[in-house]
Parts: sequence; structure tokens; C-alpha cells
Amino acid sequence: MAPSLEVSPDAVQDVLAHPLKQKPDLVAPEPEHCPGPESEQAGTADSCAGCPNQQICASAPKGPDPDIPIITARLAGVKHKILVLSGKGGVGKSTLTVQLAQAFATNPDTNVGVMDTDICGPSIPKMLGVESETIHVSNAGWSPVWAADNLACMSIQFMLPNRDDAIIWRGPKKNGLIKQFLKDVEWGDLDFLLVDTPPGTSDEHLSVNTFLKESKIEGAVMVTTPQEVSLLDVRKEIDFCRKAGIRILGLVENMSLFVCPKCDYESEIFRATTGGGRALAKEMGIPFLGSVPLDPRIGQACDYGESFFDAFPDSPASKALKGVVRRLAGEIGLDPREVVPEG
Amino acid sequence: MSLSKIKHIVLVLSGKGGVGKSSVTTQLALSLSLAGHSVGVLDVDLTGPSIPRMFGIEDAKVTQGQGGMLPIVVHDADAAAGRGSLRVMSLGFLLPGRGDAVVWRGPKKTAMVRQFLSDVAWDDLDYLLIDTPPGTSDEHISLAETLLQTTRPDQLAGAVVVTTPQAVATADVRKELNFCKKTGIRVLGVVENMSGFVCPSCSECAQIFSSGGGEVMANEFNVRFLGRVPIDPQFIMLIETGKRPRYPKGTTVNGKEFSTPTGSLEDDVDKGAQDSALLVEKYGDCSLAPLFSTITTQVISSVEELSSA
Repeated sequence: MAPSLEVSPDAVQDVLAHPLKQKPDLVAPEPEHCPGPESEQAGTADSCAGCPNQQICASAPKGPDPDIPIITARLAGVKHKILVLSGKGGVGKSTLTVQLAQAFATNPDTNVGVMDTDICGPSIPKMLGVESETIHVSNAGWSPVWAADNLACMSIQFMLPNRDDAIIWRGPKKNGLIKQFLKDVEWGDLDFLLVDTPPGTSDEHLSVNTFLKESKIEGAVMVTTPQEVSLLDVRKEIDFCRKAGIRILGLVENMSLFVCPKCDYESEIFRATTGGGRALAKEMGIPFLGSVPLDPRIGQACDYGESFFDAFPDSPASKALKGVVRRLAGEIGLDPREVVPEG
Repeated sequence: MSLSKIKHIVLVLSGKGGVGKSSVTTQLALSLSLAGHSVGVLDVDLTGPSIPRMFGIEDAKVTQGQGGMLPIVVHDADAAAGRGSLRVMSLGFLLPGRGDAVVWRGPKKTAMVRQFLSDVAWDDLDYLLIDTPPGTSDEHISLAETLLQTTRPDQLAGAVVVTTPQAVATADVRKELNFCKKTGIRVLGVVENMSGFVCPSCSECAQIFSSGGGEVMANEFNVRFLGRVPIDPQFIMLIETGKRPRYPKGTTVNGKEFSTPTGSLEDDVDKGAQDSALLVEKYGDCSLAPLFSTITTQVISSVEELSSA
């Protein structure tokens, strides 16, 4: 018999329904008919009688998280909460998050917030040029860092004593910080809250989804690069969204074409041998928001924390990004011309 | 313990995602194999395993043998060609469908990493390369803990750290170097991947993600800089479609002429993707192969320095 992982639909549903429940520390292995140390009947089921773990299981906290209503109240003034997801790392989640934020913020009447849930590799502060800022704490809560008059952000980077410190944390600790970002940060009235995520389908994604369940997530934007190695992981992320009930607002294909700065020859560096993002979007039945070419200047703008839109408003990448923003605005039922004003 | 017959264990780490950990792991494995070593690759990226795709063995399924799960054979040792064997293990092989999401929290990932380290029936190996997901979290903590506890000090050689040149990437990779420092894992060196792209039309090398960031970082942290690896679309095509790398006349990589001799270009048109040669043979024709052979030599010397000390 070949070993296979039991990734049964029930198991996935169970994780999604109780993403944060922790198995209590047991003093003995679970007996054969254990109802599960995390379950509702833990410690009270018939088979629990005589089990050395009975007391521990019975006293473990159960039921819904009491902090979720607090989060819902805190985020009551936020109109649209959008996740930026990708199963694959380095495809441009943070870059796209920052570009979306800056594009939304070109309208001075729009307030935008960016929350960086990538605990082990935060990139947002650097890309917004606020890497050396720290968080101020007041009676009302933690003040986010303002990268522009109408662009706030929050990241673990602001809390590190040294810039290069490694954050060697396991899941539960990461979940705790994400909860604080939602519960304790004074986001105020925002039109958009963009949530940048780490690659994968694990703790951070589950906790963001649970914490925001009641205050409603508008949906998720998927980012991919054209090659199959990346599409493969993005498929998994789409599968995750479907199972978790997160609406997919659309797919963006990043790093599509590279235009040689010397001879203007267009190369497909990451060849879309299987049709790229467009084909995947069609296959999965999700909207395709557009392709953004690979422009070395986007990377440089991110390294220096400058706005790529301000610096190169007429470049093809800038235009492509604006197209993505407009289509995204359309998907969430806004007037694209209002969101990104100029032509 | 399934790791007991392995001489050297090398981790491939990066704080940043998508910088090419899996592709560097793949190429290190191919280079080591070309140099005659027997190699195993263990993929512990649980939520986004890429290694099966990299070796073109996505359909493979793991079987249970005596002593644990049997790794997938990419190719066997070939003494005549001076090639070592190459075996691979990944979570990807255990999933029922390739699009299925693995939605796991930390404790389950930890358990899986431990199982992968203890239950895979590796044969005698010169090198075991461990490909990791980005970050410094559950998988990494579990790996470090388990390896530091269960392996002999001379077995755990250290880590190859991968970065791309731009500041946004090195900022995260610096955290990974500090992780290694804190956990006491030796850094064998830093590879700067995606360092430049040679335009196939004008042979001008464009710095897409700028250049030199990896070297500066390596110097700052006082670790060995193993080299720069440019983007080679032919390598990507080799992985994606299995097409043997071919270069037009006048292609130079790192100052070295690397064009395919005339004549063989035409031969290939017929063969195309049907070329049934082994991945490792085709990789020998890739412009990145000589670069990786240098990197591999440095890694080996670094590893042997340690075991003799």
C-alpha cells in the first residue's frame, strides 16, 4: 500500500472551521476512542472516563473566539477588505499590494491601509519607504505608520529592534500578532484595507480568514508568474479560497514580458508553456485582471521606497497596472473612473 | 534513523520566496551528480512543493518499502559516465491531486517534517539536499531542532542561502542569515540568483533585479559568496518542457562563449521535446551548468573543510 496523505475534505473543513484551536498539552497519548482533544466533547465523552487527560481536555477553552466581535467593531469603518494571495513566493504579492495601494491613493479622497501579515519576511515597509519607522501606542490603540497622507501601513518590521532580526516564530505566535494587528491597530475610516500575505496556505491565511469572517472580506486577488511551476502553487491557493469560501476577485499575471532596454526585443523570461495566467483564470472560471510586464524600474522603485506611478506614469507597466486596478474596482462594484481618476 | 547512511546534509534556505531555492537545489543536485556523488533531495515545502515539477516527475507516487518510504529515483548511478545516483522525496508525491491545497497549521507541518526526516529509506548518500519553504517558521524550527538533535555533528554540513540581488529580497535573506546564526547552523555560502538576464536578441545583459546585492550581503555577514547566476530562459524551458538547452551564435555568459556548435541546432528541431535523454544529460548543455559546477566545487570544499576539522 502506497502511503498517502489523508487530505480528506472533512479534515480541511475542520481546519477551516477551527483554524486557531490548539491541542492542549496532554500527559498521555490519546486513547483509541478519543473524541479529539480539541473537540466540543473533549473531556466529557464516555470514552474520556478514566483517561489521564480528562481534566486537561475538559478545562481547555472551547467555543468561538471572544476577540472576533472586538475586531469586527474595530474594522467597522473599513469599506473594502481585500487579500492579496499567491501560493508561490516571489511572484510579486507585496509589489502588487504596494502598487494597488498607491494607485488607490492617487485619489486624495480615498484612504488606504496596508496590513503586512508576512511575519517572517516583511517587505511592505521597505517598499513604501518607511522601513525605519516605529509604532506609536496611544489610548485608542496602536497607530499605523503613514507612508502618505492617505496611506497607512502596519508590519512586524516596525516592531523589530534591529532591521535584520530574524523572527523565529511558530504558528500560534504568528496568529497572535495578526490578531493584534486587527484588534489593536487604530485603522480608522478606510476605503480599502489591503492584506499582504506570505506564500502558502497555512497559519497566516487561516487566521486572517477567521478573524475577518464576521467583518466580511471583499475577496482575494491572486498573483502569479506565467510559468507552470508558479501556476501549480497558485492552483492550490485557489483551491484553498474555494474551500474557505473566500471570493476570488481575479488573477493578475506578473512578470509577463521583459522588454530589453537596449533593443526593445520582447522576451518571455518565464515562458508560459501552459498558457500562463490567462489560461489558468479561464480554466478555474475566475476573472483575469491583466498581465503586468517585467520592468526593472518597478523593482528599483520598491528598493528605494518610491512610487512607481509617480516616477514613470507613462511606462507600459504603469499603464498595465492601472488597467488591473480599474478591472479590480469593477469587480468590487466601484466606478473605475472614480478610483483611478486620470486617463 | 533513516539519515544515518548519509554523509553530508546541506540545507537550501532563503528568507524570501521565489528567489530560486528549488531551482538552485535542483541544479546543485544535478551538478553533484555530474561530479560523481550520490545525491538525495528532500523537499520540505509542504504547502507549495516544486521539486517534483523541477525534476519532471510529477506523476510519481511513493511506495512503502522496508525501512520506510522509498524515494523516487531520478536516475541511477552510471560509473561509465562518472555520474552519481539521484533520488528525490517530496510531499508533492503524496498528494492525491496536483491542484489540492494542503491547509495545515504549524503543529501538523512539524509532525510531517519530522516524519520526512525519520521515515524515508535513503540509501547510502554522499549528499542530502533539503529544499525549504521561505521564512523562518515552523518548518525551519522543526528542521533545525530535529537535525541538530539526531544527526552527528559531521553530518549536518550547513546551509546554502539563496537570494536575488534587489534590496527587497536581501532584506528578508538577512533575517535568514540571523536565523542560521541563532540556531547554530553553519552558512556554507550565498548564491545570488537571477543576477542579470542576457537578451536573446542583442546579447546585452540586463540587470532586471539589479546586481551585486548578494555579494554585499555576504561580505557584511562574513560568509562565503558562491557566485552569481543569471536568468537563463533555456534552463526554464528545460524544466518546463524538457527541451535541451541550445544557444544562438555569439551567446556569452559571464564573459565565456557559450553558443551551440552550428549544425546541432538544426538536428534538434526534429527532436524537439521528444529528446528522451536524462535531465542530467540535457542539463550538461545548459549555460548554467559550468557556473553551478564552480559553485558545487566551492560547496564541497567548504563541506570537507568542516568534516576534516
